[in-house]
Amino acid sequence: MKAADRGLEYIGASRVEGPLVVVQKVRDAGYDELVEIKGPGGAPRLGRVLEVSEDNALVQVLEGTEGLSGATLSARFLGESLKLPVAKEMLGRVFDGLGRPADGGPMPLSGDRRDVNGAPINPVSRRYPREFIQTGISAIDGMNALVRGQKLPVFSGNGLPHDRVCAQLVRQAKLPGDSAEFSIVFAAMGVKRDVADFFMRDFAASGALGRVAMFLSLADAPGLERLLTPRAALTLAEHLAFDLGHHVLVVLTDMTNYCESLRETGTARGEIPGRKGYPGYLYSDLASIYERAGRVEGSTGSITQTAILTMPSDDISHPVPDLTGYITEGQIVLERDLFQRGVYPPIAGLPSLSRLMKDGVGEGYTRADHPALASQLFACYAYVKRVRALADIIGEEELNAGDKLYMRFGEAFEKRFLTQGEHEDRSIETTLDLGWEILSMLPRGELHRVSAALLDSHYKGKEG
Amino acid sequence: MNGAYVTRVSGPVVTVKGMAGALMYEVVRVGELGLVGEVVRQAGDLATVQVYEDTGMLKPGAPVERTGAPLSLWLGPGLIGNIYDGVQRPLPALEKQSGVWIKRGDKADPLDAGKLWDYRPLLKPGQAVTPGQTAGLVRETELVEHKVLVPPGVSGTVRSAAGPGRYGIKETLAVVDAPSGPAEIKMMQLWPVRRPRPARERLRAAEPLVTGQRVIDTFFPIAKGGCACIPGGFGTGKTITQHQLAKWSDASIIIFIGCGERGNEMTEVLREFPELKDPRTGRPLMERTILIANTSNMPVAAREVSIYTGITMAEYYRDMGLDVAVFADSTSRWAEALREMAARLEEMPAEEGFPASLPTRLAQFYERGGAVTTLGGERGSVSIVGAVSPPGGDFSEPVTQHTRRFTRVFWSLDTELANARHYPSINWLRSYSDYLDEVAEGWRRDAPDWRALRDGAMELMQREEHYRQIARLVGPDSLPDEQRFCLFMGGLMRDAFLAQSAFDPADAYCAPAKQAGLLRALMALYDGGRARLKKGAPLAAVTALPCAGALLRAKTEYPNGDAEGLARLLASVEEQLAGLAPAGKEGA
Repeated sequence: MKAADRGLEYIGASRVEGPLVVVQKVRDAGYDELVEIKGPGGAPRLGRVLEVSEDNALVQVLEGTEGLSGATLSARFLGESLKLPVAKEMLGRVFDGLGRPADGGPMPLSGDRRDVNGAPINPVSRRYPREFIQTGISAIDGMNALVRGQKLPVFSGNGLPHDRVCAQLVRQAKLPGDSAEFSIVFAAMGVKRDVADFFMRDFAASGALGRVAMFLSLADAPGLERLLTPRAALTLAEHLAFDLGHHVLVVLTDMTNYCESLRETGTARGEIPGRKGYPGYLYSDLASIYERAGRVEGSTGSITQTAILTMPSDDISHPVPDLTGYITEGQIVLERDLFQRGVYPPIAGLPSLSRLMKDGVGEGYTRADHPALASQLFACYAYVKRVRALADIIGEEELNAGDKLYMRFGEAFEKRFLTQGEHEDRSIETTLDLGWEILSMLPRGELHRVSAALLDSHYKGKEG
Repeated sequence: MNGAYVTRVSGPVVTVKGMAGALMYEVVRVGELGLVGEVVRQAGDLATVQVYEDTGMLKPGAPVERTGAPLSLWLGPGLIGNIYDGVQRPLPALEKQSGVWIKRGDKADPLDAGKLWDYRPLLKPGQAVTPGQTAGLVRETELVEHKVLVPPGVSGTVRSAAGPGRYGIKETLAVVDAPSGPAEIKMMQLWPVRRPRPARERLRAAEPLVTGQRVIDTFFPIAKGGCACIPGGFGTGKTITQHQLAKWSDASIIIFIGCGERGNEMTEVLREFPELKDPRTGRPLMERTILIANTSNMPVAAREVSIYTGITMAEYYRDMGLDVAVFADSTSRWAEALREMAARLEEMPAEEGFPASLPTRLAQFYERGGAVTTLGGERGSVSIVGAVSPPGGDFSEPVTQHTRRFTRVFWSLDTELANARHYPSINWLRSYSDYLDEVAEGWRRDAPDWRALRDGAMELMQREEHYRQIARLVGPDSLPDEQRFCLFMGGLMRDAFLAQSAFDPADAYCAPAKQAGLLRALMALYDGGRARLKKGAPLAAVTALPCAGALLRAKTEYPNGDAEGLARLLASVEEQLAGLAPAGKEGA
């Protein structure tokens, strides 16, 4: 930007509509440039340029247009896109959705300011994630194992205990025998204050608060601010992981709110809507967030991402979970039916999936029997679902002896393997042994996916 | 060509003034960073440009430089084993330049112009040449002998020709006196990415593309030069299936296009392919593979072009008389890129916001596949396998529907199978292949009885599904023995034949002879078992035969090429069936 134009203030806008403001006769403004908008007597609000031509600039006001008047507002173009100063000292602090201190403390000193949009990682420079993270939750460790550098979201519904499950995961996640520095970056988009407080209390109770940086754009914050919240959080995470070598766990909650803000902007601009009114670029936009995870060559750190999203009316084919599932490396699905039957954590057996599990478990990672055991549990539990459907029609008494056994197996799987205490931290050995114990309720001849050698050493049931 | 400047920026779409006479799809460089873009609309002095890189902080007034040429690829030795982004920037070279992050305005030559290749000329001065003729040979990798071809459009008499020796890709190897003037032949050619390369004539596909995947080769085969579509919701194993095909298909060249997909998946390919050995030659798979990686977080306009980049490279190798297979994962992301660009250009949307040109664009892409006689008179082929990611797993959406119109093989991935971890989760009742007759000749070499076995097994699976539905209502125990046996055999067929482990070294690749051997033994048990039941043998006795367990383990226990072992397996099935006690007496 030319020095003469820096900080030039433009008075008046030709149009104010929803979150958008059109400023006319702007000189030298850039696409995605940050703008400071001032109304009469109010604090300055941040905005960014969505579209710029020779005559005017279309500015999206992140902090809402309430109380602005086209005739009197003033706009100052800041000459750069949103940048976040990054420093290790940001751990232990609380920020607002745009990365400004919200805990009364000063802005951390840092000469290093980063564009919050980041840059794509060169696929050649990625290191393939394969270090098993023990979460102490059997349904995850045993069946959908998480590895360092993975992005594994939690698909949930309103009223389901996703926050508790997520807090437990954050509390217990560890790499057996590893002492590298770890930190947590927490980004809240449009959730209630209670939720943020719940996490804060939980971090405090486990003594982790000093290692957590929180970016809060809560339900009462202006809606569009949260479009930048995950980006600001991930910018800090990238600094911690790839410059300082931390293992960073990023928690993003709730991505559904984020997507709704995106829809709001799209609608305001009069864009052609895609499915359910969400913009056609929702996939690319989500990818620019989720893909900021992983490991890279030349750095010991990692970013592991877990995003919580609530599925509107528990519909997994809704655009938000659907497109998320296409980008992330699996998903942990919480199931209302299990929850109502008192199973905690209510992690659905079949639709949950970890795509990176295959390379992070087994001989040399967890235990040699892990992959086959998991595959067999999936197969048997899938059969349980079929038997239950049959029992609903013909009645449980009419089932044959083999199918009745499966009904009992299903019960034990849910009540003993899936169910565990909120503070129960199971080692991977405990989880696997428990899996074998339950599998041993079934006749040996039913277990096709496990080799004879593994059955010889682990099967505890009657031969047959 | 100067004086052009930006007047409007909206994401990747930029309007430029001072562009009178610009060509459609001409490449331009935008702004101080020289961001690469392409003209997609032209009206008088104004042109609309789609930019392949992030346009953050680009301003009206920024200079635009025209290049006068459409987006073209560098084609020549050095492509194999490389990994490119959607606009053919070599990613390893970019990493050397700017580290792990791809920076805006990064540039690197697609091929190393300094590298010298051993060249064996086949031309002599005074010789007459026609387009597509081989001018000389270069050993590109252990697996690929690269033919330096006389480019399309060049014919005449050779004026001078270089002798054998080591040359760089930009050195002149021969000069041809063509009617329009002298034309130089080099190792490297430039070819516009959106223009199909010419061939002499199109041929009927005749050979199977052997993939080593049982459910594909045996049930729903694809021919060399064929086009297939793999649709599936998320988590149904599209990518793993694509990876398996890219690893084991018996094509000479594999081009894998990661179009708008996950970064870690490309990393997995990069990590695995150099280590994996081609089952036919024992050489690393990377020696026949080109990767195009335009992951989901890389610019969307470059994603749109990545499909064409891949298919143009495929045609280039096809013209050398090779069989090339292109795997595009996923064409839905490409279609979404089209939609995004169309929306920015304010085009009137058709179905679900996709541009009305979507079916045409899809047709043009798949039509670039096929078996041909090349300009040089050889037989070559391009097979295309396109993954489709339908939103919500709903196959009635436009991309799946239109892709079905232009492909003849449909491998329908099934969420229910994937949930039970049955992989590949290709649903055998909803999939189809229209190449059964074309590939019959190829199958005859390995198994003359293939078609009969296949049709018999398909009928079994149809019947199994029918009885399964009845059993769901009344319970399996109420069915007659013959139908329960069908359910038993269906289950065995699923586990022993249709499910195939990508991670078990003995099972990941299953040669056609082994596929037929396994199926033969299974069908022997089915046919023989039914005959026994008719004669009154008890169902429990038939299902308790030890050979059922042996059949379950056979896919992992018999290596490829163990014809004797499979013959013994078949014999043991027949023996045990023959040994069944007649009706009324206990057990075998």
